[in-house]
Amino acid sequence: MSRLLALLGRETALAWGRGGGPLVAVGFYAGVTTFLPLAIGSEPARLAAIAPGAAWVALALASLLSLERLFERDYEDGALDQLFLSPVPLELTCLVKCLGQWLANGAPLALAAPVAAISLGAKPELGPLAFACALLGGLAFAFVGGIGAALSLGARRGGLLTAVIVLPLFVPPVIFGGGALDAFAGGLPWTGGFALLGAYALGAIAVGPIAMAAACRNALS
Amino acid sequence: MSWAPAFLSNPERFMAFSRWAAPLLGAVALGLAIWGLSLGFNVPDDYQQGQTVRIMFIHVPAAWLCMFIYVCLAAASFLSLIFRHVLADAAAQAAAPLGAAFTFLALVTGSLWGRPMWGAYWVWDARLTSVLVLFLLYLAYMALRASLDDEAKAARAAAILALVGAINLPIVHFSVDWWNTLHQGASVFRAEGPTLAPVFLEPLLIMALAYMATFGALWLVRIRGEVWRRRAEAAALRAARA
Repeated sequence: MSRLLALLGRETALAWGRGGGPLVAVGFYAGVTTFLPLAIGSEPARLAAIAPGAAWVALALASLLSLERLFERDYEDGALDQLFLSPVPLELTCLVKCLGQWLANGAPLALAAPVAAISLGAKPELGPLAFACALLGGLAFAFVGGIGAALSLGARRGGLLTAVIVLPLFVPPVIFGGGALDAFAGGLPWTGGFALLGAYALGAIAVGPIAMAAACRNALS
Repeated sequence: MSWAPAFLSNPERFMAFSRWAAPLLGAVALGLAIWGLSLGFNVPDDYQQGQTVRIMFIHVPAAWLCMFIYVCLAAASFLSLIFRHVLADAAAQAAAPLGAAFTFLALVTGSLWGRPMWGAYWVWDARLTSVLVLFLLYLAYMALRASLDDEAKAARAAAILALVGAINLPIVHFSVDWWNTLHQGASVFRAEGPTLAPVFLEPLLIMALAYMATFGALWLVRIRGEVWRRRAEAAALRAARA
């Protein structure tokens, strides 16, 4: 257990400290959010209609960005070999890596999500749900995205490849989260979509590490 | 059919079998396609869809097949990942572009049908969207395979992706259904029997068989090509070492 905690500390510190940490993801998120009114038009009525969904899509894209370094960093400097040889099963290591990724990138993005949604014209009441959806969705994005990052280890243009692999797998959480936010904004029951988002996140936590570990073993072999 | 993998797992036997099976399946596919299309062109106009009902005979089998090919891809990936089977990997590699092609065909024919029927080439309806996601998944599989230089690693990584996709596809399907549905419900595979009129059902099923045989023939040809390519590479390697 102490090994896992130490690993979690290391992963979070690396994701937080190196290469700009959460600033890059949040900056990208802010950039995409700024682009939307510029491209779509600034009329509040039009913006408010798409605000929850647009903020949610921008969040999914921003979560993609930091995935590239999740495994590649350790793969390049040999730390992944060390983790592979350690007594901790590789599956647990991958789980902890994704948790660190979520703490360092997903949580700051979740804090930014209500700001983005409200600045696009969503009602302030949407704020808490936008935060909760982003927190839960971030978990799904980190664990599904980790599969893509692990699979594209050793590939040329790994970051782009990760995006191509992961985007089709992001469809369910994007639908569930966007559905919950849209329903809430429209005054409809929203708990269904939120619960399904949570279920997807749990499923990703259960299955993701197995696939990630298999992909890492393959890359290290 | 449990003997089939064991029988075909020997590359020599597979090559001997596919040598005549591929052209035979191709001939069967051609015959069935001619039969099915000639029936399809002679069905009466549908009372709602008019002439455009004929698109169904090339669209629906493609849509069936693109799912079926993914199942083949996932099964072959499973065999290659667990049993490290070389021929299974060649089969998975050969199936992916075919699956992408049939998915593309289903999307294009569907959109050509949608224009007169729904008034738009594309609507964001549940089934269209999940087929589109399937297409993206095929592309991701091929992209992953193409961007890893080490062939053995690329094979295993792609197999893992195919299996993850196989777990995800039903969820995608469900989530997209939950999201929206405008497409008509299933009219052939239903518990209480098909609701499609027999005049339309017969050419449709014949065309489905024709598509299936086409896929079988092309798949065998592509696996053969893959086996030949690997043999040539091994021979080149041996020649370089000597």
